[in-house]
Amino acid sequence: MDLVDGKTGKWEVVIGLEIHAQVSSKSKLFSGAATNFGAEPNSQVSLIDAAMPGMLPVLNEYCVEQAVRTGLGINAQINLTSVFDRKNYFYADLPQGYQISQFYYPIVGTGVIEVDLPDGRATKVGITRIHLEQDAGKSMHDQHPSLSLIDLNRCGIALMEIVTEPDIRSSIEAGEFLKKLRGILRYLGSCDGDMEKGSMRCDANVSVRKPGEPLGSRCEVKNLNSIRNVIRAIDYETQRQIKILEDGGKIDQETKLFNAATGTTRTIRTKENANDYRYFPDPDLLPLKLKPEYVEKIKATLPELPDSKKKRYVEQLGLTPYDASVLSADKDVAVFFEQVAQKADPKLSANWITAELFAKLNKAGLEIYQSKVTPDKMIGLIRLMENNTLSGKLAKQVFEIMFETGEDADVIVEREGLKQVTDLSAIEAVIDQVIKDNPSHVTEYRSGKDKLFGFFVGQVMKISGGKLNPQAVNDILKKKLS
Amino acid sequence: MTSHLTNLTIIQAKEGLRAREFSAVELIQAHLKAMETHRGLNAFITETAEHALEQAGKSDIKIGNNTADVLEGIPMAIKDNFCTKGIKTTNASKMLENFVPTYESTVTSKLFEAGAIMVGKSNLDEFAMGSSNYTSYFGGVVNPWKEKDNAKELVAGGSSGGSAAAVAGRMAMAATGSDTGGSIRLPAAFCGVVGFKPSYGRCSRYGVMAFASSLDQPGIFARTVPDTALVSQIAMGHDPKDSTSANMSVPDLMGAIHKSVKGLKIGIPKEYRSEHLDPEITKLWQQAEDILKAEGAEIIEVSLPNTKYGVAAYYVIAPAEASSNLARYDGVRYGFRSSVKDMTLDEMYESTRSEGFGDEVRRRLMIGTYVLSSGFYDAYFTKAQKVRRLIVNDFNNAFVTVDALLTPVTPTPAFSLDSPSIKDPIAMYLNDIFTIPASMAGLPCISIPGGLTSKKLPIGLQLITNRFEEDKLFRVASELERCINFNAVPGGF
Repeated sequence: MDLVDGKTGKWEVVIGLEIHAQVSSKSKLFSGAATNFGAEPNSQVSLIDAAMPGMLPVLNEYCVEQAVRTGLGINAQINLTSVFDRKNYFYADLPQGYQISQFYYPIVGTGVIEVDLPDGRATKVGITRIHLEQDAGKSMHDQHPSLSLIDLNRCGIALMEIVTEPDIRSSIEAGEFLKKLRGILRYLGSCDGDMEKGSMRCDANVSVRKPGEPLGSRCEVKNLNSIRNVIRAIDYETQRQIKILEDGGKIDQETKLFNAATGTTRTIRTKENANDYRYFPDPDLLPLKLKPEYVEKIKATLPELPDSKKKRYVEQLGLTPYDASVLSADKDVAVFFEQVAQKADPKLSANWITAELFAKLNKAGLEIYQSKVTPDKMIGLIRLMENNTLSGKLAKQVFEIMFETGEDADVIVEREGLKQVTDLSAIEAVIDQVIKDNPSHVTEYRSGKDKLFGFFVGQVMKISGGKLNPQAVNDILKKKLS
Repeated sequence: MTSHLTNLTIIQAKEGLRAREFSAVELIQAHLKAMETHRGLNAFITETAEHALEQAGKSDIKIGNNTADVLEGIPMAIKDNFCTKGIKTTNASKMLENFVPTYESTVTSKLFEAGAIMVGKSNLDEFAMGSSNYTSYFGGVVNPWKEKDNAKELVAGGSSGGSAAAVAGRMAMAATGSDTGGSIRLPAAFCGVVGFKPSYGRCSRYGVMAFASSLDQPGIFARTVPDTALVSQIAMGHDPKDSTSANMSVPDLMGAIHKSVKGLKIGIPKEYRSEHLDPEITKLWQQAEDILKAEGAEIIEVSLPNTKYGVAAYYVIAPAEASSNLARYDGVRYGFRSSVKDMTLDEMYESTRSEGFGDEVRRRLMIGTYVLSSGFYDAYFTKAQKVRRLIVNDFNNAFVTVDALLTPVTPTPAFSLDSPSIKDPIAMYLNDIFTIPASMAGLPCISIPGGLTSKKLPIGLQLITNRFEEDKLFRVASELERCINFNAVPGGF
């Protein structure tokens, strides 16, 4: 458990998340309007979305299927009967004056997601529910000197609201949970998980307590549009709450907005002026009833998901649990890895992807599918190591170039002359040279200073430009120095 | 000639058009003339004479080349809560005083496709909330009927008062209505015409401005049961654009009206023998019972024990749904917006909705908001839903033994415009005691003229059958109509 230090001792952070995941659907939850991102304002609005008089919602069955897939993907209970409710409130970008959601009877019940943490621990995060609901439109206050403008393109788009239990104990866990969830959604294809485009948004409920004490008052932080911001907001909120409590204050249950520019949160609603949403079943829609066969049919089409991939990677390919978890979390990464591991040593493949490739991608801010190093090129590189053409060190140099240019490994090796020297006479010549140039070191070594062996290796590699086969260098050096 | 054409039934008019005794243009002109003559009744909010004549010309061409459809050239009034493409649809509210839909309701589009011609948008209670038609922003509708030797103007009933008055006053041969707790049957009874509310789900609600979605049901007015059957047959049917629409085939009403009631079991709910019931209505109700018995039906007394809770539960559920349905009238995208300057968003909502809605609408929105609010939801809304379930069970039990129920429609005949009860919301709500239970259960029901009181005012009789048994409903209604042979015409016609 990650406890946070305060002046008065250690604090435990308790976090629950609400994730709004946009269903990957070409049309909206209750209308036929399109859902393309970045379209001209108000160009994707039907009469239903604009809440014209007499208009009625008609449920998009594709969205229902995606919610069921998602539920099955996290081993959750699928509720064969669910009900759409109206959440009533007035706002300019909410044309109906209510949002159609599922308050009393959601389509997906409890489930659980297992999360591997970077330190090797694993944790389980309970899912309370997943329900389907409509998104609201967008109010724009910075487009006109005196008017607020409204774009209804987003209005009515299908969202899955995924609610967790307060099982998360640190901002890092929250981040890892979101990565895992996003991975699962992408595998399922039910949501593209693109937080930048707003197709996955997160609200975090944060409270702190002394370990073993009952739950503290929580604050809900809204508007978190990246995993990094989720972590920042939780960290800020944790420190804010601890400071208040340690200064003898108390936490008011509030809704707060995260400001990514300043890294702080500010109150937008207190408990006293909380909305009364007057939820009641939407009389325009009948209860949603699913047949068990329908759910079974969807279940049969689910792809292999991260957890079973991970298990396979550990049991069949011999990876460490953490590497297996990292490589299986994201669909694109897993596909990449599996293509490489099919033709190259799996462990070597795993190392190269998690260490070298990820580091480069992170630094360049790229996703794996954008990488110039394709699985085939990665295989080519590993092959050259396996057949001793390249040492590990040379391979890294080749990789550096490959990442920039996207050339094949053998092309780079040829051009840059990076081929590893395995010719024993050539190696012997270099070693003889080193021994000759360092007589005092040789004497010391021979008198028992074994540690100097590394010095000789270093000298040999320096002179040869690192191209000599390390194993051969070791063997010959040992022989010549004894 | 004119009065002859407006007195025809639809079935007679179809025959006359087919036989080229008169043209569709002449038929429409006769009705437009009647509308002009009776403008004082205030049955229409918008008259669509130009549109009607243009359509009539097209109908005449179709009649000429024998491609006429079922309702070709038939003049109809369209309740002004049915959205009509390109034609102002106000819902009798200041809020929508200038609202012109860009789309057509499913029911009107079916009727127009079948050749029916809209002569105007008929008046109603604002947002269909009322039993007198006096909550209309455009003023109340005057009933074409008057008491014998009494010039006092009477209400047409609500909420579809304009539709009922238009049909009774020979300004249209049929009309659309919508019924939430009795809004078709009550004005039909007050105006001496036939008013039919189908089973919930039979007529699409698409394009009909919502009042209470779980209760709202479009329906039809005409002067005879066969005419009502003919038009309803067109109006009904599954619509994928309305998720609560029943995906079932439409029963053959035109076949049903020729069948006798022999062997049918007719239930008389004893709880409807209310002390509030006008004795003259009791008498006509009894007469109808005797007629059906004489025609070979078996009369059975049944019990609907939860009837007495119907009005109370209705006035929780209907306002609750309305409070949400009417939230879209917020001044942001269309309709009325308050012109008060420098308002915040919340202030804009407040002034727009305070100025744009009338008293009765505001009263119901406040009731609805209250019963759904946190802390009161279970005590009111949940409880009312339970009562609704009990009322459904009552009917289910009754229909185990009987085929149809025969009841009054209203406790009294039409009352006068200066009646003190008009200003008393509770007294107004009690007009619906006989119509609300069937609405709560989503049952098909019809009001047909049952005769005249001693003061020569029409009263209505209600028939109710089990859900989706409209054929049985029309079978009993047409037999009863034949035997009662109601042929009275409102004064001056």
